Amino acid sequence: MAHGGGGRAMRALIESILLPAFDNPMLATLEDQARVSIAELAAHGDRLAFTTDTYVVTPIEFPGGDIGRLAVCGTVNDLAVCGARPLWLSCALVLEEGLEIATLSAVAQSMARTAREAGVCVVTGDTKVVERGAADRLFINTAGIGVVPAGVNIGATRAQPGDVVIVNGSLGDHGVAILLARNELALTAEVVSDCQPLYGLVAAMLEACPDLHCLRDATRGGVATVLNEFAACSRVGIRLRESSLPLNEIVRGGCEILGLDPLYLANEGKLVAIVPAAAARVTLAAMRSHPAGREAAIIGEVCAGPPGIVTLSTIIGGDRVVDMLSGEQLPRIC
Amino acid sequence: MRYADEFRDPAMARTLVGEIQRLAGPLARERARPLQVMEVCGGHTHTIFRYGLKAMLPEESIEFVHGPGCPVCVLPMGRVDDCVALAHDSRIIFATFGDAMRVPGSRGSLLQAKARGADVRMVYSPLDALQLARANPQREVVFFALGFETTMPSTALTVLQARREGIDNFSLFCNHITIIPTIKAILDSPELKLDGFLGPGHVSMVIGNRPYDFIARHYRRPIVVAGFEPLDVLQSLWMVIKQLAEGRCEVENQYKRIVPEDGNAQALAAVSEVFELREFFEWRGLGSIDHSGVRMRREFAPYDAERKFVLPNLTIADPKSCQCGEVLKGVIKPQQCKVFGTACTPERPLGALMVSSEGACAAYYQFGRIDMKQQRQASPLEA
Repeated sequence: MAHGGGGRAMRALIESILLPAFDNPMLATLEDQARVSIAELAAHGDRLAFTTDTYVVTPIEFPGGDIGRLAVCGTVNDLAVCGARPLWLSCALVLEEGLEIATLSAVAQSMARTAREAGVCVVTGDTKVVERGAADRLFINTAGIGVVPAGVNIGATRAQPGDVVIVNGSLGDHGVAILLARNELALTAEVVSDCQPLYGLVAAMLEACPDLHCLRDATRGGVATVLNEFAACSRVGIRLRESSLPLNEIVRGGCEILGLDPLYLANEGKLVAIVPAAAARVTLAAMRSHPAGREAAIIGEVCAGPPGIVTLSTIIGGDRVVDMLSGEQLPRIC
Repeated sequence: MRYADEFRDPAMARTLVGEIQRLAGPLARERARPLQVMEVCGGHTHTIFRYGLKAMLPEESIEFVHGPGCPVCVLPMGRVDDCVALAHDSRIIFATFGDAMRVPGSRGSLLQAKARGADVRMVYSPLDALQLARANPQREVVFFALGFETTMPSTALTVLQARREGIDNFSLFCNHITIIPTIKAILDSPELKLDGFLGPGHVSMVIGNRPYDFIARHYRRPIVVAGFEPLDVLQSLWMVIKQLAEGRCEVENQYKRIVPEDGNAQALAAVSEVFELREFFEWRGLGSIDHSGVRMRREFAPYDAERKFVLPNLTIADPKSCQCGEVLKGVIKPQQCKVFGTACTPERPLGALMVSSEGACAAYYQFGRIDMKQQRQASPLEA
C-alpha cells in the first residue's frame, strides 16, 4: 500500500510513469492545480464547455482500445458534441492494490497517444490506491474543458419536423466487442470497438452545416436512447428505417444469436446528428470524407408527432415503437 | 445474413398479408368480430412486436392473443421466493438465466437479492452452471432450471453429465413446465373465443407434432406449428386462416426445417430419464394446472435442490390488482389491465407479464403503446 500513502513511493510512481507519458509543461510543475490562460480560451470561442466522466469498463483491454483510450475519447466526445473544441483534461486514477505496473504504464501510454490524436493535453491529475477488492484493477475519471465557438448552438430541444437523422457509421461495435472480450459466451468473432475521438468529424460537420440542430455521442443506451432524449426534449416524433441502419455483419449476427437490439448497444465513437433537411446532403458528404464518418448514413427523419415517441419502420414493412431501455442491456461497458 | 434475411422479405410479406386479408375478412364479418389466433409461445409474441406485424394486419379481422408460453412470466411468486431464499444461503452459488433475475417475488427479485449480497450468477447455459460447480468445489451450485420442453433436454443432459463426472455440489431447482396441459386448460376455459393456434416451434422440435392432435380432433381448432422469423409467423397465420376458410381443423407444420414429425427421440429419452410429471404445478395468473410441471426422479435426489435444501415452499397469491391471468387467457388486452403502465411498468413490474421481453405486457409497453396505424396515416414515410 506504500504507493497510496502520498509519500515517496507515490511520487516515484507519478514521476516514472505518468509524467513522461503525458509530458507537458503545465503538468510538469506538479502544482496542485493547472492554470490556464483566459485569453487562450477566449481565442477559441465565447463559451466554456466542462464535463466529467468515470470509466470502469471490464475487461480493461479489449479489441480496438483499452480503458485509457476510452477515458480520453469519452470525455473529449462529450465536449465535441456541443461543438466545443476540447483543450484540457484532468485524469484521476483509482488503482486496486496489486495492479501490475506494466498495465498501468500501458494504460497511461494509451491515454497519452489518444490525447495527442484528439489534440488535448492532460494538465492535472490525482492517483489513489485502494485495498484489494475495493476497486476492480483500475478506474479512471477524466474531466475536460473545451471552448464553444461563437454562433454554434447545438441543443437537444432544437429538432424540428422535416429534419433528418444521421449517424457516422456502424452501430453497436463497442458493446459487442466488450461482450466478446469478456469471454463468457464462448463466441469468438472479429469485432473491434469503435472507440475514437470525434472532434475532427464534428468540426467538419459544423463547417458544412453551421446550424446543426442536435448532436450527441451514442454511448451507453445506444442510438435509441439518444433519439428518445431528442424526441422528448424537442417535443417531436422521430421515425427510423431499419433497412437504413448501418450495421457490421458480425454485430448483426451477434445480436441475432444473443437477442440484443443494436439500437441499444453502446458505441464509443459514434454520434447521432439531427440536421435541417436542406443541409442533409452537404453534411453527409462532409462526414463521409472524414475518416471517422466514412460509413455515415441517414437513418430517419423528424416528424411532428406523436411527440416524444421514436418509431421504426421494420425491415419487413411493419412499424414499432423504439422506447427507452428498461434496466441495462450489459453492465460496465465504459 | 444468410438463413435470416430470406425470412424477412418485405415483398413476400405483403403478398401474405394480402392473402390473409382476403381470407380473414369474410370470416370475421360472419362472426361479427375479429378472428382470434393465439400464439402460444413468447418467442412469437416477441417477433410480432419486434417486426411490427400487428400493424401490418387488418385489425377488424385479425387479433393476436398472446399465450402462456413465456416461462419466466408464468412463474409464481412463491417459487421466486424459494429462489431468493436459496440465494441468501451462504453455502450456495445461485446460477440463473438473466431474464429470470428481475421477476418479482413477494420479497423482491433475485436482482435485489444480489444487491443485498446474495451470490447470484448469470449464466447462458446449464453447462455454465456445472462449470461453476467444478470451479468452486467448496460451494453448492444451484441452477435455476426453467422453461418448457425446449430447455428440458439441456438441463437433463447437464444432470447426467454431473452424475457421470461424480460432481456432488451441483443441483437443480426444477421449475420446468409442460405446454400441452396448459393449452388444454386454456381450451377448457368457459370464456374461450379462440379460433386457432400458432404452435410453439421450439417446443415442437423436442416433442414433435403429434401431441397437438387433440386440439384439432377434440376441440376442433386449427393449429400450425410455426417458426420465429416474421415470414414464418405470417405464413403460419395464413395457414391457420386457410384451414378456417376451408372448414378444416388439422395440425400442420410450417416449421419443417426444424421440427420433425416425431420430435427428437434422444432429447425425449434424456428428459424422461431425469424428470417425471408432478401431480400439479402452480402457474402465475392461471392457478394450479394438473400434470403441468416436472420434478426430478427419486434416483436423482442428490441433484435435486428441493430435496437437498429446506425451502420456504409457500404459495403466495398474485397481487389483487394484477390481471395477468385474464391477459394470458386472452380475455383482456394488456392495456386494459387496471395497473398497466401505471403501477406496473418494466422498471417496476407488478405482474410477471411485464418482466420478460417475451411477456405480452412488456411487449405492449415497449413496442405497442401507440396506434401505429394512425401514426402511419398521419405522417407517411417516404420509401
